[in-house]
Amino acid sequence: MAEKKKTMAKKKAKKSPANPKAADNVTSETKGQEYTSLHWLVRPPTIRMLWIGGGLVLAALVAIETGIKTHGYFGIDDTFAFNAWYGFIVCVAMVIAAKGLGIFLKREDTYYDVD
Amino acid sequence: MTSIETFPPGLVLILGAIAVPFLRGTVQKAWILLLPLIVLGLVWQVPDGTVLTVSFLDYTLTPVKGDPLSRLFAIIFSIMAFAGGLYAINHCRVAEMTAAFIYAGSAIGVTFAGDLVTLFLFWEMMALGSTTVLLTGGGRAAVPAAMRYLLMHVMGGSLLLVGIVTHLDATGSIAFVAMKPESFATWMILLGFLINAAAPPLSAWLPDAYPEASPGGMVFLSAFTTKTAVYVLIRGFPGAEILIFVGLFMVFYGIIYALLENDMRRILAYSIVNQVGFMVTGIGIGTEMALNGAAAHAFTHIIYKALLLMSAGSVLLMTGKRKCTDLGGLFQSMPLTTICGIIGALSISSFPLTSGFISKSMIAQAAIDESLMIVWYLLAAASAGVFLHAGIKFPWFVFFQKDSGLRSPDPPLNMRLAMIFFAFMCIAVGVFPGPLYSLLPFSVDYVPYTAAHVLTMLQLLLFSGLAFFICLPLMKRTLTISLDADWLYRRLLPFVLERLVAVFKPVDQGIRAGFLDGINGLIARTYKYLGPEGVMARTIRAGSMVYWAVTLLVVYLVLNLV
Repeated sequence: MAEKKKTMAKKKAKKSPANPKAADNVTSETKGQEYTSLHWLVRPPTIRMLWIGGGLVLAALVAIETGIKTHGYFGIDDTFAFNAWYGFIVCVAMVIAAKGLGIFLKREDTYYDVD
Repeated sequence: MTSIETFPPGLVLILGAIAVPFLRGTVQKAWILLLPLIVLGLVWQVPDGTVLTVSFLDYTLTPVKGDPLSRLFAIIFSIMAFAGGLYAINHCRVAEMTAAFIYAGSAIGVTFAGDLVTLFLFWEMMALGSTTVLLTGGGRAAVPAAMRYLLMHVMGGSLLLVGIVTHLDATGSIAFVAMKPESFATWMILLGFLINAAAPPLSAWLPDAYPEASPGGMVFLSAFTTKTAVYVLIRGFPGAEILIFVGLFMVFYGIIYALLENDMRRILAYSIVNQVGFMVTGIGIGTEMALNGAAAHAFTHIIYKALLLMSAGSVLLMTGKRKCTDLGGLFQSMPLTTICGIIGALSISSFPLTSGFISKSMIAQAAIDESLMIVWYLLAAASAGVFLHAGIKFPWFVFFQKDSGLRSPDPPLNMRLAMIFFAFMCIAVGVFPGPLYSLLPFSVDYVPYTAAHVLTMLQLLLFSGLAFFICLPLMKRTLTISLDADWLYRRLLPFVLERLVAVFKPVDQGIRAGFLDGINGLIARTYKYLGPEGVMARTIRAGSMVYWAVTLLVVYLVLNLV
């Protein structure tokens, strides 16, 4: 039955391509059995599991450092879990910097179309 | 007579490419696949030292001179030509495929060029080949992009030629050996090289032109021009300190612009600049470790960037969409393309067990060895940024995010095989780095897989991933482009010229009109005096002449008496 629903959902998607809003509504409005209309990877329980699993992996990566000696070369990089917090902070900084620069740099994608 | 062993392998590919349009059907396809493999075999056999010399005017050219660095680049160029040919064999036009192979052959020609004249000839053939790839494979938008691309490379080629001629004049030598940017000549040569490397401030030609090529065309374009520039920089300017600054700028330029970009292939184009930035930084550091790192990274980059572009090209070919705002959810119907795209994304991010891990880390290690603290911190930040802009952003927005409803299948078999081949190579080189290390120009004393290195890299990358998902609301895709230096010649220059024309047109017209009036007046006056009715043209009687002669004589006598 579930397989049949899945196939029907696929057929429906093929008939009406590029309808993300419909997909969103399904995500937010359906519960339980009706998740089967979505691919298993994008069902809310799977996404919740991925967040939990991801969090555990991140925590484990930091915890492992207590057992593995990492070498710092320039001072700050010798602090505990340096690569974890440094990677996180610089990425947030780069996203914000890009966002800020975007205010000045972004234009409609038809900007050069008269060429 | 020249034997096949001494014949330039790049020229074999170029001549073989010219044969492609004359073949048909299966024979043509077989030749497209076989030719790069023949060239790979020839490249492999090129020994160290000068293999072929040719007399030209008063100079001795060295079209083939082998060493590990030349072979490394020529090997990956040949492999790339094979995989690119396999990928493009069904959807690229014959003219495009021919141009792509001429382009690849010219790049191989550059890598074996032992003198600057040979290098320049192949360098210019590369520009023509790549422009033809753009023109023959791209759509209508590709034509102006190809012209801008060509103009930029003609300018770069001109700078290179000025440098070579001045260098020849100053030193009397055309040998292509290590130089320092200390004279006008070497600066011109360096600038010519850097333009092809997409260095600032003229990086924009790359994201402007490459994404306008066909799916297969961009795979070819991504591999040769910038990596040939990396090769000539390694050979010509190792340890030139300015390259550290240039490289670091490129690294962050690529990240920021890729973060702002909506077009999936333009994201990857900015990412090329970012990755070449790592290599240029390594060349600037200039130690054996750094140069090995730059060369190894060029090798691995060609593979994983081609894989990423094959993946993006497959999406473009199958869906007809290229903007992240139109894509998403494709993992459901294009699983192989998704997996290969993810492997390419992990490789570019230097994930352990992928090719990027064993190459890029050598450049960072060189910075540590040379106590270049700020460089190392910036390279570490940039490594995190690569995962952000290419490692996650590309696969996330193309294959996952919101479901676009598109259900296009994976591409045809040949394209799938090309992707599988390069995905396999990404992992194989990452898991077994030994064979690549043995091809590098200097002996390698570096062990990438230590527990500490794997752990620190995983921390850096996965926490970057966390930052990506936390910052996702800030990265909402918009139907925009980002202004770049090309704005100067696509908008500002035409605007200034139009204003100048508007201001000077009346002045110019006034000057022309005034000059014309002056000329007309002169003609009128001349006509008045010299015309048929003019004073000077009047018939004068002989008596008048005698009268004036006597008058003058009298005046003369009077003056003489006085």
